[in-house]
Amino acid sequence: MTLDPAYLEYAARGRGMDHGLYRYSSLFDRPPVDWPEGKTVAIACVVSLEWFPMVPEDKPFRAPGHMQTAYPDYRHYTAREYGTRVGFYRLLDAFDKAGVRASIATNGAIAERYPRIIEDIVAAGHEIVAHSTDMNGTIATGLPEEDEKALIARSLASLESASGTRPKGWLSIARSQSWNTPRLLAEAGLAYMCDWPNDELPYRMETGAGSIVNLPLNHELSDRQILNVQQQSADSYVEQIKDAYRWLAGEAQHHGGRMLPLHLTPYIVALPYRIAAFESLLAWLADQDGSWFATCGDVVDQWSAQNP
Amino acid sequence: MSEPQKSDPGLYDFQAYRGRPKIEWPEGKTCAVWVAPNLEFYEIDPPANPHRKSWAKPHPDVVGYGHRDHANRVGHWRMAEVMSKHGFPGSVSLSVALCDHIPEVVEDASQRGWEFFSHGIYNTRYSYGMDEAQERAIIEDSIRTVEAATGQRIRGWLAPALTHTPRTLDLIAEYGLDYTCDLYHDDQPTRVKVKSGKLTAIPYSLEVNDHYGFFIYNMSPREYADTLIRQYERLAEEGARSGTVMCIPLHSYLIGQPHRIGPFEEVLKHIAADGRAWIARAGEIVDAFNAQTGEDGR
Repeated sequence: MTLDPAYLEYAARGRGMDHGLYRYSSLFDRPPVDWPEGKTVAIACVVSLEWFPMVPEDKPFRAPGHMQTAYPDYRHYTAREYGTRVGFYRLLDAFDKAGVRASIATNGAIAERYPRIIEDIVAAGHEIVAHSTDMNGTIATGLPEEDEKALIARSLASLESASGTRPKGWLSIARSQSWNTPRLLAEAGLAYMCDWPNDELPYRMETGAGSIVNLPLNHELSDRQILNVQQQSADSYVEQIKDAYRWLAGEAQHHGGRMLPLHLTPYIVALPYRIAAFESLLAWLADQDGSWFATCGDVVDQWSAQNP
Repeated sequence: MSEPQKSDPGLYDFQAYRGRPKIEWPEGKTCAVWVAPNLEFYEIDPPANPHRKSWAKPHPDVVGYGHRDHANRVGHWRMAEVMSKHGFPGSVSLSVALCDHIPEVVEDASQRGWEFFSHGIYNTRYSYGMDEAQERAIIEDSIRTVEAATGQRIRGWLAPALTHTPRTLDLIAEYGLDYTCDLYHDDQPTRVKVKSGKLTAIPYSLEVNDHYGFFIYNMSPREYADTLIRQYERLAEEGARSGTVMCIPLHSYLIGQPHRIGPFEEVLKHIAADGRAWIARAGEIVDAFNAQTGEDGR
């Protein structure tokens, strides 16, 4: 047996990253970031608010949480709708009670289908982050650039038309991008995206269309990962987030502001048997001296002002 | 023509756990504990190996690649600080191209007094399908690259992404490497049968590897910490009969996450305070074993 000799050639082997999207940087070597009023840990709650068409298209791939049975998959279609009709309102109430301003990563289809939800989000002062068109709007290399560009434009247009504000931030379905995505997002005028989980503070990416900030929305701390993929209990989830908070607050004493992103899914964390644990977590976080509940946009604004 | 595949790889002789000669660790310690951080570099757009795919998704696999990149930007620094604080040196399973890409991480490990062994060039280049000349090339590249970056001559090998060929162990022994981390048959070091030179299998671990803990067994951070403590307690107890080895293999993009590092620190505190642990580097453990065993490793 032998491999193609090219398999032992390493064209990108050299100083720095093996691509041009961003430069290497250690979190611990950067100038400290300050959050408002001397707060030390920014807590960014990001809710994915999604509509799953009952006919999946799988172009380029099927989104997590999408249909699973033969047509008609009433089971998954309605269980996801439960999150939107019921679970999301539990989360809105929980945020209100704990004084949380959150970022709602919203499919454009939600704005088109359920304008009432957009009104309730806007009235509560939450931020809307663009989250594709609907759950068939997945992105990966192979999706034609024109289609990807149109998908981004359609998502932004629906959300802007329903909310009156053009979103500044973007979250791709399953955080999945093509080689073109950062550039297309920058071209569309977006200030930041949440897809790359490689850091714990915002940083800038360079694209052919100018720079865009990446705000890392830690997928390991998401309700999907802990409750759904790893199948741990809501109490364990709460304990893990508290452990994360304690660690970050300790680190902030020496290294400046830290960020704890909580990625939430209404049909996962907002079920009746889980929501009380989550509410107790928000109350605990609100009680911590250093906690600052912020939208992703707030975090990016603060960071950008200190990192021009 | 490739060689016929063997049902028994013939790596070592059977030796029951009962009635073995006593292995003694320094100062009467019963369990040699070594921590093995994997310092890795994964390529964003690697060429395809016909025997194994690198990424689950079309490139760029943002979550797969980004998760691993967290190690070099965040996780390593957090993990290394905690290890140093409690007196644990690392024995590094190194993607040697990290020396070229991010020398900051390699220099940091070197300054902390950590030992380096090779984990291949990149964790996205696999040995499956290599011919002998190609395999020699990655071994020679590893020796050369680590020596240039750190001054250390590598003494050990953990196959890149655990991809082997039937000749790997013979080759690394021929190049004078002393230990392999790729065999999981024992809680004590074992001499490996090789064509030339002398090679020792040091217990590494899949079972208490953080990757297995979090993604095979789906443990919470505290459950994983408890698992490590139970593993240690048992091996330290049995080591009174004949010294045992416990390895804690880590990936800082996992253990260095903010919800995991706190419970992990409690494990290091526990082991450091216990008194039965010989906290050492891989090479020191292999040397101590070899100094008290004959040519056959007994």
